[in-house]
Amino acid sequence: MHEIAILILFPLIASAFIFFIRKDKARNILVRICSIVTIFLTIYVASKYFNKALYLSFNNETIINQILMFIEILVAGYLIFMGIKNKKYIISIFSAVQTFLIIWFELTQSQGIEIKASMVFDKLSLIMVLVVGIIGSLVCLYTVGYMKWYHIHHENYKERKSFFFAVMFVFLAAMFGLVLSNELTWLYFCWELTTLCSFLLIGYTKTQDAIKNSFHALTINLGGGVCFALAIIFIGMKFKTLELSVLIGMKPEVVVLIPVFLLAISALTKSAQMPFSSWLLGAMVAPTPSSALLHSATMVKAGVYLLIRLAPLLGQSSVGQVVTFIGGITFLANSFIAISQSDAKKILAYSTIANLGLIVICASIGTQESLWAAILLIIFHAIAKSLLFLSVGSIEHQLGSRNVEDMDILLKVSRKLSLYIIIGIAGMFLAPFGMLISKWVAMKAFIDSNNILTVIILVYGSAATVFYWTKWMGKLVSNANKKEQVIHTFHIDEETAIFTQAVLVIISCFSFPIISKYALEPYLATLFGSSAVIPIGTSDVNIMLLMLSMFLILPISFFPIYKNDKRRKALTYMAGVNTGDNESFNSAFGKNREVEYSNWYMKDYFKSKKISFWSNTLCITGLCVGVILIVLAGGR
Amino acid sequence: MLILKIIAIIIIAPLAGGIITGIDRVISARLQGRKGPPILQPFFDILKLLEKESIEVNTMHRFFVYVALIFIIFTTVIMLLGGDILLALFVLTLGSIFFVLGGYASNSPYSNVGSERELLQIMAYEPMILLTGIGLYYADKSFFIKDIISSSTPAILFLPGVFLGLIFILPFKLRKSPFDLSMTHHGHQEIVQGIKTEYSGKDLAIIEITEWYETIIIFTLVYIFFATKSPLSHIYAITACVFVFLFEILLDNGIARVKWQSALNSAWLVTGVLGTVNLIVLSLLGR
Repeated sequence: MHEIAILILFPLIASAFIFFIRKDKARNILVRICSIVTIFLTIYVASKYFNKALYLSFNNETIINQILMFIEILVAGYLIFMGIKNKKYIISIFSAVQTFLIIWFELTQSQGIEIKASMVFDKLSLIMVLVVGIIGSLVCLYTVGYMKWYHIHHENYKERKSFFFAVMFVFLAAMFGLVLSNELTWLYFCWELTTLCSFLLIGYTKTQDAIKNSFHALTINLGGGVCFALAIIFIGMKFKTLELSVLIGMKPEVVVLIPVFLLAISALTKSAQMPFSSWLLGAMVAPTPSSALLHSATMVKAGVYLLIRLAPLLGQSSVGQVVTFIGGITFLANSFIAISQSDAKKILAYSTIANLGLIVICASIGTQESLWAAILLIIFHAIAKSLLFLSVGSIEHQLGSRNVEDMDILLKVSRKLSLYIIIGIAGMFLAPFGMLISKWVAMKAFIDSNNILTVIILVYGSAATVFYWTKWMGKLVSNANKKEQVIHTFHIDEETAIFTQAVLVIISCFSFPIISKYALEPYLATLFGSSAVIPIGTSDVNIMLLMLSMFLILPISFFPIYKNDKRRKALTYMAGVNTGDNESFNSAFGKNREVEYSNWYMKDYFKSKKISFWSNTLCITGLCVGVILIVLAGGR
Repeated sequence: MLILKIIAIIIIAPLAGGIITGIDRVISARLQGRKGPPILQPFFDILKLLEKESIEVNTMHRFFVYVALIFIIFTTVIMLLGGDILLALFVLTLGSIFFVLGGYASNSPYSNVGSERELLQIMAYEPMILLTGIGLYYADKSFFIKDIISSSTPAILFLPGVFLGLIFILPFKLRKSPFDLSMTHHGHQEIVQGIKTEYSGKDLAIIEITEWYETIIIFTLVYIFFATKSPLSHIYAITACVFVFLFEILLDNGIARVKWQSALNSAWLVTGVLGTVNLIVLSLLGR
């Protein structure tokens, strides 16, 4: 059997075993083993096929197609049933329509369409496989520790751990399939499978909120699925092909742009762009590992992955401009809204949507530089964001809250965890770290392609980004004066995963010139048919690496090396009313009052409801304009 | 040779910055009808601060101002060596962020408010600062300052809007009215000294020196707009810096501090209008 097939099938088989083991201990061991095996399998496959692009076709394709179709019908049956049972008829309709369309197409129309390569393993797939394999497995490993505490802290939820683990592994398989498939029907199948996994994981706790939000997510993603199905039928009937690579090779004419537009809408729903972004915020009710894996690191990247694939057709076309517009509005609006949030997971969600918006802009501009930035953003964002999510998950267990306002005592509770989350935040926006490097290149790409308005959007969005991350970081370093120590235990599985990801954040920054040289440049060179170079000058890269090395010595401040220093300790200045312990002051009524510090959320300035209403309206208008443009161009 | 240059920059920049601060204090005093201190007073202040006993409120907060100083020096070196302007601006932001974190780490009411206001200021001026770098790249097709100042036409001719926008946000960086919300050089503010409140002795001296470097960075930004390969242009550039300097002092003494809403609104509006229009015109002209 081919290694690629093993890579996809292994998580599936693992999932089946995990599902049927009911003993906690045995299952935990199995999950750990499977996670580690998946990591090594990923690395093995990646290194084996590093230098040769693979174009795979399978002899038993008809059988595979029949199996897929069978599963599709099962899934559709389940979703239609769930829709009717919960009176969410729109879900039943969406699911029925797309499944009917696809099956009708496969049974009656797909004869005679020859598939040369069902799967393609090129440098872009390689990067995605590595991201999914390594980050995904680490999240699964983390889940072992997380779920144990989750059910201790939430006794009212029904324990369905084996189900949770099983779905996580199914998701990994689906994600591998998604990034490797070149045949659109397969890609679509995996696409729908990730939607299903997301639905199941969001609804895990079966609380009212969870159920409501899971259906909301399902509705929007199935809507995207309908667009995907329509696109497939259009491509299949019009161009007699089902291969993504063939579609990309076409000229951006109106006929081609229709399915591309449909695929782009589907990608926008998956990547939670406005006006579809609300599902991702609702998805935050899910247990944190699923937020880390599906809703920030991998699944939402599927949408932008598809857009990057389609980039040659987007470029300066009307579809490309509509998509750029939507990405831009999403990036700006969500960066502003994030300022007014205090729930850590909400901040992460808004920031995820914003960053996806940035990737969408980069992908839809479609120049060599902007694609370089887009791919790098995917890598860095996946690592740093999943680190942040996992840290927040652990913090929630340590502090009993995931509100940023409560994180000022974190330094007293767990120094390690503080350090990890600070690394994560720094990775999201500070100078020598990954996200900033990619933003920098994005900025350069926008200027070089004469997209002034996106440049303006980027600078404003970045300013807002600096604000909300720094104030969070400020809470983390404000070593509060609480005296009592909170006893805590940091589960070994949680720590291993978090530690590895923190290391990955740093390593990925050091190695970005290498990633660029051996993966991005060859990929872009073949895509554009001309040599590609790293958009940042060597001298700048060296300065960045120097700065990064300087950063590595910073954690010294966390060790108490100042103990023998002859510095006099003084009380903080409170205009003379400090009662002597820095924790309270003499109020005007002669009583002791506790000092409380709060972050600044500017809720009256950045009104989240108003901002999202207007930006959603703008994005819907953008989509309508896109439809009109295509209709007009087609009618000519 | 490079090392000598770097050392020279590290030593000379703060000296120049200190003298500028000294002149600033004399002129401000004269505007207010006072005689004012000697020009070298900032240096005497520093020498005195260095002799003072070190007092601190916790063991962590001074670390951040040291790191801030290191990165601000880094920025100065990159800029004066003619390096990448965008990179320099990113490092400048990094330095400012560490300074803000120092305020949070002090964990006292006044420094906390100071940090938050400082962050607001960063958010207000950051778009314009970045647009300055981008505009210069647009005008001269290079991010490197050494290329920008050796072109044949001064950047100001292409970027009048960007330059005005930069002048508008400079009071934020120079901590002058009307945008001195987080701390001011004058002894009258409701939040005491903001981030600086809990720093004393050597640590306070470090903060002062950091500000000198920042002054040099700011006037370098102004300088770049005028300098070209002709030697005469450098005289224009210095004259422009002097005018900007005098203008900012006049503004500082003539205008009251504004509310944060007006600061943010006006900075973003001016950035949006002047920066955008200037860049769009440039792109239409095909630069």
